[in-house]
Formats: sequence, C-alpha cells, structure tokens
Amino acid sequence: MIVIDNVSKHFSGIRAVDGCSFEIARGRITGLIGPNGAGKTTLFNIVAGFIRPDSGRVVLDGEEVTGQPPHRLFHKGLVRTFQIPQEFGRMTLLDNLMVVPPGQSGENLLSAWLRPVRVKAEERRVRERADEVIEFLQLGHVARELAGNLSGGQKKLLELGRTMMTDARVVLLDEPGAGVNRTLLGKLCESIRRLNTERGYTFCIIEHDMDVIARLCDPVVVMAQGRVLTQGSMDHVRANEEVLEAYFGGGATARREEAR
Amino acid sequence: MEGLIGYGVFFLTMAGIYAVLTLGLNLQWGFTGQFNIGVAGFFAVGAYTSAIVTAPDSAAHLGGFGLPFPIGVAAAAVMSGLAAVAVGWGTMRLRTDYLAIATIGIAEIIRHVLKNEDWLTNGVRGIPGIPRPVETELGLLGVVIGFVILVYLLIERARKSPWGRVLRAIRENENAVMASGKDVADFRLQAFVVGSAIMGLGGALYAHFTAFISPEAFDPLYGTFLIWVMLIAGGSGNNKGALLGTLVIWIVWSGSEILTSRLPVEYVTQAGALRVLLIGVILQVILLYRPEGLLPEERPRLGRPGDG
Repeated sequence: MIVIDNVSKHFSGIRAVDGCSFEIARGRITGLIGPNGAGKTTLFNIVAGFIRPDSGRVVLDGEEVTGQPPHRLFHKGLVRTFQIPQEFGRMTLLDNLMVVPPGQSGENLLSAWLRPVRVKAEERRVRERADEVIEFLQLGHVARELAGNLSGGQKKLLELGRTMMTDARVVLLDEPGAGVNRTLLGKLCESIRRLNTERGYTFCIIEHDMDVIARLCDPVVVMAQGRVLTQGSMDHVRANEEVLEAYFGGGATARREEAR
Repeated sequence: MEGLIGYGVFFLTMAGIYAVLTLGLNLQWGFTGQFNIGVAGFFAVGAYTSAIVTAPDSAAHLGGFGLPFPIGVAAAAVMSGLAAVAVGWGTMRLRTDYLAIATIGIAEIIRHVLKNEDWLTNGVRGIPGIPRPVETELGLLGVVIGFVILVYLLIERARKSPWGRVLRAIRENENAVMASGKDVADFRLQAFVVGSAIMGLGGALYAHFTAFISPEAFDPLYGTFLIWVMLIAGGSGNNKGALLGTLVIWIVWSGSEILTSRLPVEYVTQAGALRVLLIGVILQVILLYRPEGLLPEERPRLGRPGDG
C-alpha cells in the first residue's frame, strides 16, 4: 500500500529520520513503535505530505507521492491524525467533523450563493454522517460543544472521527490512545479493528501503549534514532534484545542478565 | 430642523459606506483570520476605478469614459479583486503578522501611486465631478443602504455555507484543514479576493457620494484604522456585529467632530488628534473588557445532540 524507501530528514544537524525503509501492507494494521525521539512522528509528517524529506521516496499504491501536499494525498485516500489534537477550537464538534467530507459543492462560493437548495440537501447528508460518527464515538452529549472545550481524550476521539468522515483507504494514527481512558480505549481499539475488517482500511499506528499494539498490530515496526531497528510480529519484536537496548539505554540486556 | 435631517442623511450614508468596508474586512479577518491592514489600498483602488470609469472627459487624469454608475461599481469591485489577486499571489503563504506587514506596505504604495501618477489620477488635486447615480441625498442614501443589504446577505449566506466553514476552520487550525483535504492557499486567496472586492465596492460608493476624491481620503487612519476598530468593537466573525460596530464607532467619530468643530480655530487641529486618541482608548477598553466585541461570534446553543 505504502512503501517508504530510504527516507531521510535532517533538522539543522539532527537526523530525525535517517535512511528509513519499510512497507505498510494493504489491509493490515501496522504498528510503529520506538523510544521518544526515534523519528516516528517526523516520518508520519513526511508520508502525509506535511514535511518534504531530504532524500528518499514515498510510494502510495505504486505511485510516487514524495513531497505532495497533504490535501492532494487526502484525495488519494491517505488520511492522518495528530499526536497533539488539532481541533478547530471555536467551532462545534459537529462543525469540526462536517468540514472533512470531500466534494461538497457548497465549498464553492458561487454554488453557496446561487444553489442554496442543493447545498442544503448535501448539508443534511453530511450532517447525518457526522451524527453517525459522533454516536459511534459516544460523544453525543458534546456534539454542540466548542471543540476547544472538550477534554483531551475527547479531542483524541475527534481526531479519529475525522478519518471516519471520508472514505479513507489508509489511515495514519499518531498515538490515538494517549490520554484516553481505559474503557474508551477498548472501544477505540474495537473501532479501529472494525474499520479494518469491515471497511478495509489499512492502518499504521504510532502508539506507546504496548497493550494496544499487541492487540491490534501485525506487523510491528520498531524505530530508533531515525532508522528501522527491526520488524515482525509482536512476539518477535519483544524477543529482540536490540529493542530493549533502544528503549532502556545501553546495557539494559546486560543488567537483565545480571539480575538473573 | 432641515439641517439636522440633512446631517442625519449624510451621517447614515457614510455609516453605510463604512459598513460595506467593515463587512469586507470581516470576511478576511473575522472568518479567515487574515490580518489585512491595507484596507485603505483596496478602498482607494475601488474609489479611483469607479471615478475614472464614470467621470466626464478631463485632460487632468485618465478617463472621461462617462460610463453609467453600475458599470463603475462593478469595475471597482473587479479592479480591487484583481489587485488582491496580485497581492495574494505573493503573500497568501504568509501567516498573520507577515501578511499584516505586507498589506500595510502595499496600501502605502497604492496611496503614493495615486499621489504621484498625475496622468492617471490628477495627483494630489484629485478627481472632481464624479457623477451621482441619483439626484437627491436621500436617494443616494437609499442606494447605499441597498448595497449594504445586498453585501450583508451575500456574506451571511457565505458564512453559513460549507465555504464559510472551511474559512473558519483555516482561522482555527491550518494543519487540520490540510489534513482534511482542503487546499488552504486556494481558500485563503478566495477569501482575500472576495473581501477586497467588497472593499472596492465600498470605495466606489464613497467616490459617488462625495463626488470628489483625492489621495488624502485614503489615509491609513480613515481608510484602515477606523474600519478595524469598527469590526473589533462590533464583534469579529459576526456580520451583525460588524454593522453595529460600524454604527457605534461612526457615532463616536463624527459626534466628536461636531464637538471639536465648535472650538476656537487654533484648537481644532489639536482636538483632531484627541479624537484619534479617543478612538484608541475605546479600542483598548473593548480589548480589555469585551475582547469578543459587542456581538460575539455566534455561540452554538448548548443542547442535546440532534436538535436544531
């Protein structure tokens, strides 16, 4: 689905992403893990078109899309969420979602002025879809609240809700679980799985919660210092000593040996 | 009594012209968050365009086309819109404060061109004899009010449409709009051009009302600052607020002129500076105690899902 081929990005001397290559397979839920500063979010920004890489290629469905702007990638079915929620603070949750659907004729000013009946009919459909998504996410009680007033966890759900307002093919989720309570997190995982099996969404998920990764993801890609350290099933990754080194610093395996 | 009515008509006509300008700025700042402090530039382009298109033949400036009023107004909106396309082409990628610097510079360039390109504008001597669309002062007021209503309805419909929703989303968070598949630069340019075209329309109304224009009228104080205060006082993002703010600030501004004009001649100029100070103080008070303006952007009703 997406091939990331030898992608690098430097920020004034810091190698955020350093020759990173892996593949996000169609129909799978790929986990992307790694210690803080491993370059996961930068890589997401590159794949989603927010940052242009210094070198390397991103291929979506056989077509090279390196450096294409986010709005164009959106229309090719690539949608992303943000680690830090990016809500429209002074707009309602409902309006936040209603912005998303593509092809709204009322987004053309002349249509908005001259074809109000058609625009209104479309608005009803968009509204219905937004209501469904809100119900799915159990946010009905805050549908008309300004998004800026939502809790951190609710904003994360809003981020996920956005991806459900369009017919996405591949969704990049940047820490969807952070700040979401346990009950809701279970529901979130369930909905990701349902979108995957029922609607055929391909996912790539950055997450620090290993339970979430273990429950959902296969394969799991581990990044450290801008590169892919290893990839494979969760069990394979868990057993890898390099991964422990990357997470816990030099000598972690040695200390573990000593502790035995 | 007659004098009072005459003044009332003058007062309301000017307020109506300012209302058109404020509505144009509301589209840019109130909806989209574009910090245009070059309102005077687009205001001037509109006024001069309509003046040149409709004024009788003159050796002093370009023009003598003597075309009818509606063509002048349409040409004014188109020219200001084109000016905005030219400006926007280079500046639409700039974020708020950089756009502010760019637009204030451009408005000053426009003012200096008007002042110095005699063949085009007759320089500081200005363009006289701009025809009026109707004979009476009252009729002119009617024409201006008609345009205010038209512009208000158009902008209000735009605000409630998906188009307006995208603009407000851009104001709130550009990244998320990009991630929602919208071409942010394109929408920003549209808002900038439509808002500026409306300012040009306001300029045309001004030219036909005063029948004489010179570069002085498009000084940043009258052409930009007052309009900003009107919008902020009334409530950015709210079109009714823009109208109310225009009226309130125009009452303060012209009311204080009546007071200061009664002073002895030697104090009048100094008092003029005090009027600006007064407007500045009002702005400060509003920003401190009512930063969202008299009529804040409409808040959603807090209610159950599915209603409304």
